[in-house]
Amino acid sequence: MRARRLAVAMAAAATLTLAGCSGGDGGGGTEPAASGSAVAGEGSSETLRIGIKFDQPGLGYQDGSEYTGFDVDVARYVAEALGYSEDQIEWVQAPSAQRENLLQTGQVDMIFATYSITDTRKEVISFAGPYFVAGQDLLVAADDDSITGPEDLEGKNLCSVTGSTSAQRIKDEYATGTNLLEQPGYAECVTALTSGAVDAVTTDDIILAGLAAQPANEGQVKVVGNPFSEENYGVGLPLDSDRCEAVTEAITAMIEDGSWEQILQDNVGASGYEANADLNPPTPEACA
Amino acid sequence: MDEGYLARLGTLLEQYDVPAAFWVNIQLTFWAGLLALALGTVLAVMRISPVASLRALGAGYVTVLRNTPLTIILVFCTLGLWGQLGVTLSSDFTSNFFRLAVLGLAVYHAAFVCEALRSGVNTVPVGQAEAARALGLRFSQSARLVILPQAFRGAVAPLGNVLIALIKNSTVAAVASVAETSGLMRQMIEFRPDVVLGIFLVFALGYVVVVVPVGLATTALSRRLAVAR
Repeated sequence: MRARRLAVAMAAAATLTLAGCSGGDGGGGTEPAASGSAVAGEGSSETLRIGIKFDQPGLGYQDGSEYTGFDVDVARYVAEALGYSEDQIEWVQAPSAQRENLLQTGQVDMIFATYSITDTRKEVISFAGPYFVAGQDLLVAADDDSITGPEDLEGKNLCSVTGSTSAQRIKDEYATGTNLLEQPGYAECVTALTSGAVDAVTTDDIILAGLAAQPANEGQVKVVGNPFSEENYGVGLPLDSDRCEAVTEAITAMIEDGSWEQILQDNVGASGYEANADLNPPTPEACA
Repeated sequence: MDEGYLARLGTLLEQYDVPAAFWVNIQLTFWAGLLALALGTVLAVMRISPVASLRALGAGYVTVLRNTPLTIILVFCTLGLWGQLGVTLSSDFTSNFFRLAVLGLAVYHAAFVCEALRSGVNTVPVGQAEAARALGLRFSQSARLVILPQAFRGAVAPLGNVLIALIKNSTVAAVASVAETSGLMRQMIEFRPDVVLGIFLVFALGYVVVVVPVGLATTALSRRLAVAR
Protein backbone atom coordinates (compact mmCIF):
# COMPACT_ATOMS: atom_id res chain seq x y z
CA MET A 1 0.00 0.00 0.00
CA ARG A 2 2.74 2.35 1.00
CA ALA A 3 4.73 1.58 -2.12
CA ARG A 4 1.69 2.21 -4.25
CA ARG A 5 1.13 5.60 -2.66
CA LEU A 6 4.73 6.46 -3.32
CA ALA A 7 4.34 5.46 -6.95
CA VAL A 8 1.24 7.62 -7.30
CA ALA A 9 3.04 10.54 -5.69
CA MET A 10 6.00 10.13 -8.01
CA ALA A 11 3.74 9.96 -11.04
CA ALA A 12 2.05 13.14 -9.86
CA ALA A 13 5.37 14.85 -9.37
CA ALA A 14 6.51 13.80 -12.83
CA THR A 15 3.31 15.20 -14.32
CA LEU A 16 3.90 18.51 -12.56
CA THR A 17 7.42 18.69 -13.86
CA LEU A 18 6.24 18.00 -17.38
CA ALA A 19 3.50 20.59 -17.05
CA GLY A 20 6.13 23.09 -16.00
CA CYS A 21 8.23 22.30 -19.04
CA SER A 22 5.49 22.58 -21.59
CA GLY A 23 4.35 25.82 -20.03
CA GLY A 24 7.85 27.18 -20.28
CA ASP A 25 8.22 27.18 -24.00
CA GLY A 26 4.74 28.50 -24.51
CA GLY A 27 3.71 25.95 -27.10
CA GLY A 28 5.04 22.59 -25.96
CA GLY A 29 2.20 20.63 -27.50
CA THR A 30 3.31 21.45 -31.00
CA GLU A 31 6.73 19.91 -30.99
CA PRO A 32 6.01 16.17 -30.93
CA ALA A 33 3.90 16.48 -34.08
CA ALA A 34 6.77 18.06 -35.99
CA SER A 35 9.49 15.68 -34.89
CA GLY A 36 7.19 12.65 -35.11
CA SER A 37 6.34 13.18 -38.74
CA ALA A 38 9.94 13.99 -39.58
CA VAL A 39 11.02 10.60 -38.28
CA ALA A 40 8.35 8.91 -40.38
CA GLY A 41 9.65 10.63 -43.51
CA GLU A 42 13.25 9.69 -42.91
CA GLY A 43 14.77 7.43 -45.50
CA SER A 44 11.89 7.42 -47.96
CA SER A 45 12.94 9.62 -50.84
CA GLU A 46 9.47 9.58 -52.35
CA THR A 47 7.94 12.10 -50.01
CA LEU A 48 8.68 15.79 -49.86
CA ARG A 49 8.66 17.21 -46.35
CA ILE A 50 7.42 20.79 -46.38
CA GLY A 51 7.46 23.04 -43.36
CA ILE A 52 4.46 25.35 -42.99
CA LYS A 53 2.72 27.26 -40.25
CA PHE A 54 -0.19 25.35 -38.72
CA ASP A 55 -1.75 28.29 -36.94
CA GLN A 56 -2.00 31.14 -39.43
CA PRO A 57 -5.36 31.14 -41.17
CA GLY A 58 -5.11 32.23 -44.80
CA LEU A 59 -1.39 31.39 -44.98
CA GLY A 60 -0.60 28.07 -43.37
CA TYR A 61 -3.37 26.49 -41.38
CA GLN A 62 -4.22 23.01 -40.18
CA ASP A 63 -7.96 22.52 -40.39
CA GLY A 64 -8.61 19.00 -39.15
CA SER A 65 -6.65 16.84 -41.57
CA GLU A 66 -6.70 19.52 -44.26
CA TYR A 67 -4.04 22.14 -44.82
CA THR A 68 -5.07 25.47 -46.27
CA GLY A 69 -3.60 28.87 -47.01
CA PHE A 70 -1.54 30.91 -49.43
CA ASP A 71 1.79 29.39 -48.38
CA VAL A 72 0.31 25.91 -48.55
CA ASP A 73 -1.08 26.40 -52.07
CA VAL A 74 2.19 27.90 -53.27
CA ALA A 75 3.98 24.90 -51.77
CA ARG A 76 1.58 22.54 -53.58
CA TYR A 77 2.27 24.28 -56.89
CA VAL A 78 6.04 24.17 -56.41
CA ALA A 79 5.94 20.53 -55.28
CA GLU A 80 3.95 19.60 -58.37
CA ALA A 81 6.46 21.39 -60.58
CA LEU A 82 9.22 19.40 -58.87
CA GLY A 83 7.36 16.20 -59.69
CA TYR A 84 5.68 15.43 -56.39
CA SER A 85 1.97 14.71 -56.30
CA GLU A 86 -0.28 15.91 -53.51
CA ASP A 87 -0.12 12.65 -51.53
CA GLN A 88 3.68 12.64 -51.61
CA ILE A 89 3.81 15.83 -49.59
CA GLU A 90 4.31 15.53 -45.89
CA TRP A 91 3.34 18.69 -44.02
CA VAL A 92 5.49 19.53 -41.02
CA GLN A 93 4.81 22.31 -38.58
CA ALA A 94 7.50 24.99 -38.74
CA PRO A 95 7.07 27.59 -35.96
CA SER A 96 9.00 30.81 -36.57
CA ALA A 97 11.74 30.19 -34.02
CA GLN A 98 12.43 26.64 -35.25
CA ARG A 99 12.62 27.16 -39.00
CA GLU A 100 16.40 27.31 -39.44
CA ASN A 101 16.81 24.43 -37.06
CA LEU A 102 14.39 22.25 -39.03
CA LEU A 103 16.29 22.93 -42.26
CA GLN A 104 19.76 22.56 -40.76
CA THR A 105 18.97 19.22 -39.16
CA GLY A 106 17.29 17.92 -42.31
CA GLN A 107 13.87 17.46 -40.71
CA VAL A 108 12.21 19.25 -43.63
CA ASP A 109 13.16 19.66 -47.29
CA MET A 110 11.75 23.13 -47.74
CA ILE A 111 9.81 25.73 -45.80
CA PHE A 112 6.95 27.97 -46.91
CA ALA A 113 6.06 29.81 -43.73
CA THR A 114 5.95 33.63 -44.07
CA TYR A 115 9.71 33.33 -44.17
CA SER A 116 11.36 36.73 -44.70
CA ILE A 117 14.63 36.68 -46.60
CA THR A 118 17.30 38.25 -44.39
CA ASP A 119 21.09 38.30 -44.48
CA THR A 120 21.55 36.67 -41.06
CA ARG A 121 19.29 33.81 -42.11
CA LYS A 122 21.18 33.45 -45.38
CA GLU A 123 24.27 32.58 -43.37
CA VAL A 124 22.78 29.29 -42.24
CA ILE A 125 20.18 28.42 -44.90
CA SER A 126 19.39 29.25 -48.53
CA PHE A 127 16.37 31.00 -49.97
CA ALA A 128 14.57 30.72 -53.29
CA GLY A 129 12.22 33.50 -54.32
CA PRO A 130 10.78 35.84 -53.13
CA TYR A 131 7.33 34.64 -54.09
CA PHE A 132 5.54 37.41 -52.21
CA VAL A 133 6.40 40.83 -50.83
CA ALA A 134 4.57 41.61 -47.62
CA GLY A 135 4.81 44.72 -45.49
CA GLN A 136 4.07 45.50 -41.90
CA ASP A 137 0.57 46.87 -41.54
CA LEU A 138 -2.21 47.31 -39.00
CA LEU A 139 -5.45 45.46 -38.35
CA VAL A 140 -8.18 47.57 -36.78
CA ALA A 141 -11.88 47.32 -36.01
CA ALA A 142 -14.02 47.59 -39.17
CA ASP A 143 -15.71 50.80 -37.98
CA ASP A 144 -12.47 52.49 -36.87
CA ASP A 145 -11.38 55.25 -39.24
CA SER A 146 -9.13 57.05 -36.77
CA ILE A 147 -6.10 54.83 -37.44
CA THR A 148 -4.65 55.13 -40.93
CA GLY A 149 -0.99 54.48 -40.17
CA PRO A 150 1.50 53.76 -37.41
CA GLU A 151 1.70 57.46 -36.46
CA ASP A 152 -1.91 57.35 -35.25
CA LEU A 153 -1.14 54.83 -32.52
CA GLU A 154 0.03 57.41 -29.97
CA GLY A 155 -1.64 56.50 -26.67
CA LYS A 156 -3.45 53.54 -28.22
CA ASN A 157 -3.18 49.87 -27.30
CA LEU A 158 -1.37 47.70 -29.82
CA CYS A 159 -1.14 43.91 -29.86
CA SER A 160 1.55 41.71 -31.35
CA VAL A 161 3.09 38.31 -30.78
CA THR A 162 5.68 37.65 -28.06
CA GLY A 163 9.17 37.73 -29.50
CA SER A 164 8.28 39.62 -32.67
CA THR A 165 9.87 43.02 -33.25
CA SER A 166 7.03 44.50 -35.28
CA ALA A 167 5.31 46.16 -32.34
CA GLN A 168 8.57 47.43 -30.89
CA ARG A 169 9.40 48.98 -34.27
CA ILE A 170 6.22 51.06 -34.13
CA LYS A 171 7.06 52.20 -30.63
CA ASP A 172 10.64 53.07 -31.55
CA GLU A 173 10.08 54.69 -34.94
CA TYR A 174 6.54 56.03 -35.14
CA ALA A 175 4.66 56.50 -31.88
CA THR A 176 6.57 56.31 -28.58
CA GLY A 177 3.38 56.51 -26.53
CA THR A 178 2.00 53.21 -27.84
CA ASN A 179 0.95 50.64 -25.25
CA LEU A 180 2.19 47.19 -26.25
CA LEU A 181 0.30 44.00 -25.49
CA GLU A 182 2.21 40.81 -26.29
CA GLN A 183 0.25 37.62 -26.83
CA PRO A 184 1.30 34.05 -27.66
CA GLY A 185 -0.48 34.09 -31.02
CA TYR A 186 -2.30 36.36 -33.44
CA ALA A 187 -5.62 34.66 -32.73
CA GLU A 188 -5.41 35.98 -29.15
CA CYS A 189 -4.58 39.44 -30.50
CA VAL A 190 -7.66 39.41 -32.72
CA THR A 191 -9.77 38.31 -29.73
CA ALA A 192 -8.43 41.31 -27.81
CA LEU A 193 -9.18 43.54 -30.81
CA THR A 194 -12.77 42.38 -31.31
CA SER A 195 -13.47 42.72 -27.58
CA GLY A 196 -12.16 46.29 -27.68
CA ALA A 197 -9.24 45.72 -25.32
CA VAL A 198 -6.73 46.82 -27.96
CA ASP A 199 -7.09 49.29 -30.85
CA ALA A 200 -4.85 47.59 -33.39
CA VAL A 201 -2.90 44.44 -34.18
CA THR A 202 0.33 44.62 -36.13
CA THR A 203 2.37 42.25 -38.28
CA ASP A 204 2.80 41.58 -42.02
CA ASP A 205 -0.22 42.66 -44.06
CA ILE A 206 -0.94 39.27 -45.63
CA ILE A 207 -1.01 37.60 -42.20
CA LEU A 208 -3.50 40.23 -41.04
CA ALA A 209 -5.53 39.70 -44.21
CA GLY A 210 -5.63 35.97 -43.51
CA LEU A 211 -7.00 36.65 -40.04
CA ALA A 212 -9.52 39.16 -41.36
CA ALA A 213 -10.72 36.66 -43.98
CA GLN A 214 -11.71 34.15 -41.30
CA PRO A 215 -15.49 33.64 -41.22
CA ALA A 216 -15.58 34.43 -37.48
CA ASN A 217 -13.86 37.79 -38.00
CA GLU A 218 -15.36 38.79 -41.32
CA GLY A 219 -16.87 42.24 -41.22
CA GLN A 220 -15.50 42.93 -37.76
CA VAL A 221 -11.93 43.87 -38.58
CA LYS A 222 -10.07 45.35 -41.54
CA VAL A 223 -6.50 45.76 -42.76
CA VAL A 224 -5.52 49.43 -42.90
CA GLY A 225 -3.63 48.94 -46.19
CA ASN A 226 -0.74 51.30 -45.54
CA PRO A 227 2.30 49.00 -45.34
CA PHE A 228 5.42 50.58 -43.84
CA SER A 229 8.08 47.91 -44.30
CA GLU A 230 9.14 45.37 -46.89
CA GLU A 231 9.29 41.66 -46.13
CA ASN A 232 10.36 39.37 -48.96
CA TYR A 233 8.85 35.94 -48.39
CA GLY A 234 11.15 33.23 -49.70
CA VAL A 235 11.23 29.47 -49.79
CA GLY A 236 13.59 28.22 -47.10
CA LEU A 237 15.99 25.53 -48.31
CA PRO A 238 18.98 23.82 -46.69
CA LEU A 239 22.23 25.76 -47.27
CA ASP A 240 23.37 25.49 -50.93
CA SER A 241 20.47 23.20 -51.83
CA ASP A 242 20.47 21.81 -55.38
CA ARG A 243 16.71 22.37 -55.54
CA CYS A 244 17.02 26.17 -55.54
CA GLU A 245 16.95 26.61 -59.31
CA ALA A 246 13.97 24.30 -59.85
CA VAL A 247 12.01 26.07 -57.11
CA THR A 248 12.82 29.47 -58.62
CA GLU A 249 11.60 28.27 -62.04
CA ALA A 250 8.39 26.96 -60.48
CA ILE A 251 7.74 30.29 -58.77
CA THR A 252 8.34 32.20 -62.02
CA ALA A 253 5.95 29.87 -63.86
CA MET A 254 3.34 30.22 -61.13
CA ILE A 255 3.42 34.01 -61.40
CA GLU A 256 3.35 33.97 -65.21
CA ASP A 257 0.46 31.53 -65.69
CA GLY A 258 -1.84 33.44 -63.32
CA SER A 259 -1.90 30.78 -60.60
CA TRP A 260 -0.23 33.16 -58.17
CA GLU A 261 -3.04 35.71 -58.48
CA GLN A 262 -5.64 32.97 -58.19
CA ILE A 263 -4.05 31.46 -55.06
CA LEU A 264 -3.85 34.88 -53.43
CA GLN A 265 -7.52 35.63 -54.18
CA ASP A 266 -8.71 32.23 -52.98
CA ASN A 267 -6.99 32.53 -49.63
CA VAL A 268 -7.15 36.12 -48.50
CA GLY A 269 -9.47 37.77 -51.04
CA ALA A 270 -12.45 37.62 -48.67
CA SER A 271 -10.86 40.25 -46.43
CA GLY A 272 -10.88 42.84 -49.23
CA TYR A 273 -7.10 42.98 -48.98
CA GLU A 274 -5.04 43.66 -52.07
CA ALA A 275 -1.32 43.02 -52.20
CA ASN A 276 0.96 46.02 -52.59
CA ALA A 277 0.88 46.28 -56.41
CA ASP A 278 4.15 48.22 -56.68
CA LEU A 279 6.08 45.26 -55.36
CA ASN A 280 3.88 42.30 -56.29
CA PRO A 281 4.15 39.91 -57.91
CA PRO A 282 7.91 39.93 -57.28
CA THR A 283 10.64 38.64 -59.56
CA PRO A 284 12.48 35.75 -57.92
CA GLU A 285 16.20 36.36 -57.45
CA ALA A 286 18.76 34.13 -59.10
CA CYS A 287 20.15 31.37 -56.92
CA ALA A 288 23.53 32.06 -55.36
CA MET B 1 32.83 27.08 -31.64
CA ASP B 2 35.33 29.25 -33.45
CA GLU B 3 36.30 32.76 -32.45
CA GLY B 4 33.92 34.35 -34.94
CA TYR B 5 31.00 32.55 -33.33
CA LEU B 6 31.81 33.94 -29.90
CA ALA B 7 32.26 37.43 -31.38
CA ARG B 8 28.84 37.24 -33.03
CA LEU B 9 27.28 36.00 -29.82
CA GLY B 10 28.99 38.88 -28.01
CA THR B 11 27.50 41.52 -30.30
CA LEU B 12 24.10 39.86 -29.88
CA LEU B 13 24.35 40.12 -26.11
CA GLU B 14 25.19 43.80 -26.46
CA GLN B 15 22.13 44.27 -28.65
CA TYR B 16 19.69 42.48 -26.34
CA ASP B 17 19.62 43.12 -22.60
CA VAL B 18 19.57 39.60 -21.17
CA PRO B 19 20.29 40.53 -17.50
CA ALA B 20 17.32 42.94 -17.58
CA ALA B 21 15.06 40.10 -18.71
CA PHE B 22 16.32 37.90 -15.88
CA TRP B 23 15.71 40.76 -13.46
CA VAL B 24 12.05 40.82 -14.56
CA ASN B 25 11.78 37.09 -13.79
CA ILE B 26 13.37 37.62 -10.38
CA GLN B 27 10.95 40.44 -9.60
CA LEU B 28 8.01 38.30 -10.71
CA THR B 29 9.27 35.49 -8.49
CA PHE B 30 9.78 37.78 -5.51
CA TRP B 31 6.32 39.35 -5.49
CA ALA B 32 4.48 36.20 -6.50
CA GLY B 33 6.43 34.22 -3.88
CA LEU B 34 5.53 36.70 -1.16
CA LEU B 35 1.84 36.67 -2.09
CA ALA B 36 1.79 32.90 -2.51
CA LEU B 37 3.38 32.42 0.92
CA ALA B 38 0.74 34.60 2.58
CA LEU B 39 -2.17 33.03 0.71
CA GLY B 40 -0.76 29.51 1.10
CA THR B 41 -0.39 29.97 4.86
CA VAL B 42 -4.02 31.02 5.14
CA LEU B 43 -5.04 28.00 3.05
CA ALA B 44 -2.94 25.62 5.17
CA VAL B 45 -4.53 26.95 8.36
CA MET B 46 -7.96 26.46 6.77
CA ARG B 47 -7.08 22.89 5.85
CA ILE B 48 -6.07 21.97 9.41
CA SER B 49 -8.80 23.97 11.12
CA PRO B 50 -11.58 22.26 13.12
CA VAL B 51 -14.25 23.91 10.94
CA ALA B 52 -15.41 21.47 8.26
CA SER B 53 -16.54 24.13 5.76
CA LEU B 54 -13.16 25.90 5.94
CA ARG B 55 -11.38 22.58 5.43
CA ALA B 56 -13.54 21.85 2.39
CA LEU B 57 -12.95 25.33 0.99
CA GLY B 58 -9.18 25.00 1.41
CA ALA B 59 -9.15 21.52 -0.14
CA GLY B 60 -11.34 22.75 -3.02
CA TYR B 61 -9.02 25.68 -3.75
CA VAL B 62 -5.94 23.47 -3.77
CA THR B 63 -7.57 20.83 -5.97
CA VAL B 64 -8.85 23.30 -8.54
CA LEU B 65 -5.83 25.61 -8.77
CA ARG B 66 -3.20 22.89 -8.59
CA ASN B 67 -4.83 21.04 -11.46
CA THR B 68 -5.30 24.03 -13.75
CA PRO B 69 -2.41 24.62 -16.16
CA LEU B 70 -0.50 27.78 -15.27
CA THR B 71 -0.66 28.99 -18.88
CA ILE B 72 -4.45 28.96 -18.73
CA ILE B 73 -4.46 30.87 -15.45
CA LEU B 74 -2.17 33.54 -16.88
CA VAL B 75 -4.05 33.83 -20.17
CA PHE B 76 -7.22 34.23 -18.10
CA CYS B 77 -5.55 36.99 -16.07
CA THR B 78 -4.79 39.00 -19.21
CA LEU B 79 -7.48 38.22 -21.78
CA GLY B 80 -10.16 37.36 -19.19
CA LEU B 81 -9.66 39.70 -16.23
CA TRP B 82 -8.24 42.62 -18.20
CA GLY B 83 -9.52 42.07 -21.74
CA GLN B 84 -13.10 41.06 -20.99
CA LEU B 85 -13.79 42.26 -17.44
CA GLY B 86 -11.69 45.42 -17.55
CA VAL B 87 -9.83 44.72 -14.30
CA THR B 88 -6.74 46.94 -14.00
CA LEU B 89 -4.24 46.71 -11.15
CA SER B 90 -2.19 49.70 -12.28
CA SER B 91 -2.83 52.78 -14.36
CA ASP B 92 0.40 52.13 -16.24
CA PHE B 93 -0.24 49.79 -19.18
CA THR B 94 2.89 47.69 -18.80
CA SER B 95 2.96 47.36 -15.02
CA ASN B 96 -0.69 46.37 -15.12
CA PHE B 97 0.31 43.16 -16.92
CA PHE B 98 3.20 42.64 -14.55
CA ARG B 99 0.82 42.76 -11.60
CA LEU B 100 -1.76 40.54 -13.28
CA ALA B 101 1.01 38.01 -13.94
CA VAL B 102 2.12 38.22 -10.29
CA LEU B 103 -1.49 37.60 -9.28
CA GLY B 104 -1.77 34.56 -11.56
CA LEU B 105 1.54 33.10 -10.44
CA ALA B 106 0.64 33.71 -6.78
CA VAL B 107 -2.79 32.07 -6.80
CA TYR B 108 -1.34 29.05 -8.61
CA HIS B 109 1.67 28.58 -6.34
CA ALA B 110 -0.33 29.28 -3.18
CA ALA B 111 -1.85 25.82 -3.65
CA PHE B 112 1.64 24.28 -3.64
CA VAL B 113 2.75 26.42 -0.68
CA CYS B 114 -0.32 25.21 1.19
CA GLU B 115 0.57 21.56 0.55
CA ALA B 116 4.23 22.14 1.47
CA LEU B 117 3.12 23.69 4.76
CA ARG B 118 0.73 20.85 5.40
CA SER B 119 3.62 18.45 5.02
CA GLY B 120 5.42 20.60 7.60
CA VAL B 121 2.42 20.33 9.92
CA ASN B 122 2.68 16.56 9.63
CA THR B 123 6.20 16.71 11.05
CA VAL B 124 4.84 18.22 14.27
CA PRO B 125 4.05 15.38 16.72
CA VAL B 126 0.39 15.15 17.62
CA GLY B 127 1.38 15.45 21.29
CA GLN B 128 2.29 19.09 20.66
CA ALA B 129 -1.27 19.90 19.61
CA GLU B 130 -2.69 17.88 22.48
CA ALA B 131 -0.45 19.66 24.98
CA ALA B 132 -1.46 23.04 23.53
CA ARG B 133 -5.11 22.15 23.94
CA ALA B 134 -4.50 20.83 27.48
CA LEU B 135 -3.06 24.25 28.33
CA GLY B 136 -6.37 25.78 27.24
CA LEU B 137 -5.19 27.36 23.96
CA ARG B 138 -7.85 27.84 21.31
CA PHE B 139 -7.22 26.61 17.74
CA SER B 140 -6.03 30.00 16.53
CA GLN B 141 -3.62 30.30 19.44
CA SER B 142 -2.20 26.80 19.16
CA ALA B 143 -1.81 27.20 15.39
CA ARG B 144 -0.05 30.52 15.74
CA LEU B 145 2.11 29.75 18.79
CA VAL B 146 2.76 26.01 18.62
CA ILE B 147 1.96 24.30 15.31
CA LEU B 148 2.90 26.78 12.56
CA PRO B 149 6.31 27.86 13.93
CA GLN B 150 7.38 24.21 13.96
CA ALA B 151 5.61 23.45 10.69
CA PHE B 152 7.48 26.25 8.86
CA ARG B 153 10.79 24.93 10.12
CA GLY B 154 9.91 21.45 8.93
CA ALA B 155 8.66 22.74 5.56
CA VAL B 156 11.73 24.72 4.51
CA ALA B 157 12.91 22.12 1.98
CA PRO B 158 9.52 21.62 0.24
CA LEU B 159 8.94 25.39 0.29
CA GLY B 160 12.34 25.75 -1.40
CA ASN B 161 11.17 23.37 -4.09
CA VAL B 162 8.05 25.47 -4.63
CA LEU B 163 10.26 28.56 -4.91
CA ILE B 164 12.49 26.89 -7.51
CA ALA B 165 9.43 25.81 -9.48
CA LEU B 166 8.12 29.39 -9.21
CA ILE B 167 11.37 30.85 -10.59
CA LYS B 168 11.16 28.65 -13.66
CA ASN B 169 7.39 28.98 -14.02
CA SER B 170 7.79 32.77 -14.07
CA THR B 171 8.77 32.34 -17.74
CA VAL B 172 5.13 31.45 -18.46
CA ALA B 173 4.39 35.13 -17.78
CA ALA B 174 5.39 35.64 -21.42
CA VAL B 175 1.80 34.71 -22.30
CA ALA B 176 0.61 37.49 -19.98
CA SER B 177 2.40 40.18 -21.99
CA VAL B 178 5.34 40.51 -19.60
CA ALA B 179 8.67 41.01 -21.38
CA GLU B 180 10.89 38.41 -19.70
CA THR B 181 13.48 35.77 -20.54
CA SER B 182 11.49 33.27 -22.59
CA GLY B 183 10.04 35.99 -24.82
CA LEU B 184 13.47 37.54 -25.28
CA MET B 185 15.00 34.17 -26.08
CA ARG B 186 12.38 33.48 -28.73
CA GLN B 187 12.99 36.89 -30.26
CA MET B 188 16.76 36.40 -30.30
CA ILE B 189 16.46 32.94 -31.85
CA GLU B 190 14.07 34.15 -34.52
CA PHE B 191 16.30 37.00 -35.65
CA ARG B 192 19.73 35.50 -35.08
CA PRO B 193 19.46 31.87 -36.18
CA ASP B 194 23.21 31.78 -36.78
CA VAL B 195 23.92 31.55 -33.03
CA VAL B 196 20.93 29.51 -31.81
CA LEU B 197 22.97 27.18 -29.65
CA GLY B 198 24.84 30.03 -28.00
CA ILE B 199 21.60 31.85 -27.20
CA PHE B 200 20.14 28.72 -25.69
CA LEU B 201 23.24 28.11 -23.57
CA VAL B 202 23.26 31.71 -22.32
CA PHE B 203 19.71 31.35 -21.00
CA ALA B 204 20.24 27.85 -19.63
CA LEU B 205 23.34 29.07 -17.79
CA GLY B 206 21.41 32.10 -16.53
CA TYR B 207 18.80 29.88 -14.93
CA VAL B 208 21.46 27.64 -13.40
CA VAL B 209 23.05 30.73 -11.85
CA VAL B 210 19.70 31.87 -10.44
CA VAL B 211 18.31 28.51 -9.30
CA VAL B 212 21.32 26.65 -7.86
CA PRO B 213 21.98 29.14 -5.01
CA VAL B 214 18.29 28.95 -4.05
CA GLY B 215 18.56 25.15 -3.83
CA LEU B 216 21.77 25.29 -1.81
CA ALA B 217 20.35 27.95 0.53
CA THR B 218 17.12 26.10 1.24
CA THR B 219 18.97 22.83 1.86
CA ALA B 220 21.33 24.54 4.29
CA LEU B 221 18.43 26.36 5.95
CA SER B 222 16.35 23.23 6.28
CA ARG B 223 19.22 21.51 8.13
CA ARG B 224 19.82 24.50 10.32
CA LEU B 225 16.18 25.12 11.19
CA ALA B 226 15.13 21.49 11.58
CA VAL B 227 13.47 20.92 14.95
CA ALA B 228 15.65 18.47 16.89
CA ARG B 229 13.44 15.81 18.34
